[in-house]
Amino acid sequence: MSIPVSLEGLKKELPAGVRRLGWGLLLIGIAGIALGYAIDPRRMAFDNVVGYLFLTSVAVGSIFLVALEYIGGAVWSTPMRRVNEFLGALVLLLPLAAVPLFLHLHDLFHWMHEETVATDKVLAGKSPYLNANFFLIRFAVFFILWSLFYILFTRNSTKQDVTKDPRLTTVNIRLGAIFLPVFAITITLTAVDWAMSLEPHWSSTIFGVYYFSGTVLASISAATYAIIRFYENGYFPKLQRDSFYSLGALMFAFINFWAYIAFSQFLLIWYANLPEETIWFMARWKNGWQVVSVLLIIVHFVVPYFALLTQDSKMDLKRLKFMAIWILFAHLLDMYWLVMPSYSQEVSLSWMDLGFPVLLVGLAIVVLGYKMRRNNLIPIGDPKLERGLSFRL
Amino acid sequence: MGLKQSRLGFFTLAFGLLGAVSAVLFMTWVTLIDYPLVIGGKPFWSWPAFVPIAFEITVLSASVLSVVTMIVLYFKFPNNSHPLHDTPYMKKVSSDKFGICIQADDPAFDQKAVQEFLKAVGGKEIATVYFDLEALDHGQNMFDPKFIGVLVLTAILVSGGTYFTFNQLLYMEPFSWMSVQAKSKAQRPSELFKDGIGMRRPVQGTVARGFLPYAFKGKPDEAAKTLVNPLLPTRDVIERGKSKFLTYCSPCHGNFARGDSRLAGQFPNPPTLHTDKVRNWPDGSIYHVITEGQNVMPSYASQIPRDDRWAIIHYVRVLQRAHNAKESDLK
Repeated sequence: MSIPVSLEGLKKELPAGVRRLGWGLLLIGIAGIALGYAIDPRRMAFDNVVGYLFLTSVAVGSIFLVALEYIGGAVWSTPMRRVNEFLGALVLLLPLAAVPLFLHLHDLFHWMHEETVATDKVLAGKSPYLNANFFLIRFAVFFILWSLFYILFTRNSTKQDVTKDPRLTTVNIRLGAIFLPVFAITITLTAVDWAMSLEPHWSSTIFGVYYFSGTVLASISAATYAIIRFYENGYFPKLQRDSFYSLGALMFAFINFWAYIAFSQFLLIWYANLPEETIWFMARWKNGWQVVSVLLIIVHFVVPYFALLTQDSKMDLKRLKFMAIWILFAHLLDMYWLVMPSYSQEVSLSWMDLGFPVLLVGLAIVVLGYKMRRNNLIPIGDPKLERGLSFRL
Repeated sequence: MGLKQSRLGFFTLAFGLLGAVSAVLFMTWVTLIDYPLVIGGKPFWSWPAFVPIAFEITVLSASVLSVVTMIVLYFKFPNNSHPLHDTPYMKKVSSDKFGICIQADDPAFDQKAVQEFLKAVGGKEIATVYFDLEALDHGQNMFDPKFIGVLVLTAILVSGGTYFTFNQLLYMEPFSWMSVQAKSKAQRPSELFKDGIGMRRPVQGTVARGFLPYAFKGKPDEAAKTLVNPLLPTRDVIERGKSKFLTYCSPCHGNFARGDSRLAGQFPNPPTLHTDKVRNWPDGSIYHVITEGQNVMPSYASQIPRDDRWAIIHYVRVLQRAHNAKESDLK
């Protein structure tokens, strides 16, 4: 029944200029981070946490989107799925972003100081979970799980390009069913480990969901930007407007979801008014942080909400592209807002904050370029591809 | 097909805003004017608490009123019938097909051409349906007296029924808001008994369980001689005695019966129970003091049941022993 999809006339490799840009940004980022660590290791370590969380968002979120497509039997995203798979490859680089942190864990985490824990009943009570060894074990286990699922998903997907075997889709659906709960637990605990435990006395049960909402938003935005750039420059066959609409709708949905979760977290803490809980928001409501807090609401919710509200705006490629970049920035700001008040009570901007964003942009370009040379950008063996290319809402 | 963009979205926006504004205004009126209440030390007008309610009301009014608008404006409610509704064709359409109806009252209409065109584009079933043009009245009939009449009648029935149920019916027998119940209440007369008294006296010569009268009223020496602790000093009994002691005795006597409670100094302090005098008292004397009271101490007979009093005595003995421990106790 299937008509072979012709890949003729489609470009396969990133232009040399873009590749050079990617490597350039990557090297500048590495140099900046190295310099930052040399000058002010404590500050750089906190910036590193922001970068690590951001990278996790995009990388693990992309694998989540792949799993979601298989589980939901989604058709519209099939032609673009490879972009998610390629971005998922960033998972394999997570330890590189975390290694410098392992050398500075004592600067970051209060609860790693044994002498502090000994005199602090609350931290002593949490020490069965919050201790250095278990922290590193968790990091290793999560990394292995994510990498394993990434490798399995993409191996089946690329094998299908050659064999055209529809059973591989079934295998990936089953994998997806296993991955979703794994993802839910690992991403929640990642948020707890890397962001919430910066303030070890504070806790919020909704924190994992909060990070999850940003995770999906960041990965869908990164994919959207890449897909539209590829599409405009002739890497994709003709895609329907409805497919782009679906990307925009998903972005819009998760903007609302983020706001909903963020407000829920705030409302419950505000209502109960318990000092040990409100302290976290109080730290973000003084010494200049209130400006960042208000900015976050505007940048992360108000602007994207109205920019993507109408039906037409979700099909307008220019606007989608712009909003994808905007939301990635908003997610970066969100992570900054989560992490940096633990570094200093007063807002302080530094050139060091730019090190990781520059590095990550470069990294994404390099990884995409590397994967594109070795894999098809279109999953030509996927049985859903035909329907995906002619997808209509 | 050259259809204009639906105007429904604007109605939805308007209704949503209406819902949001009215919800905020209502909550403002409640919290500032009608019933100002301090909740958790927060200002009366605390906007974060309004957000969930305003959000829900916005969604509710936007969705419900949009549907109502759609029915009224586009389906021409109340006149929503169409001659096609009663044809077998409609039955299929409403499950998994779609159909095109082309009316013949257009001057450019050519039946043969239309039929051939529909066949050419792949029409599965092409049929001619005849009906009176008058039956196809697309006019908006909101002010049709019949419709208004039904509407008013429904409103009267529903509101009247609601009013009657809550303001009349529920006050009538046998409902009466459940205020009439077939049982006698404390301090109330009762028709069940000849003397009309609801609360009954015990039968002559009987004693209610747990209400045995105290036989040694005003006779402390006899009590000391006669009364023996009926409980064994088991772990359970001592735990029970401890809990009762901490509840009833410790506010004055102190947690360790040293007479050093937090009330010390506010009225004559009770003496410590670790004196030789109290230690040498028989259990009966302590029981007598708890039951009858002594000096400033009132009777605790009504608060502490008999067995608990005996348990407390065991615990007091434990405290006394602990306070005057001998060398041999430590081994």
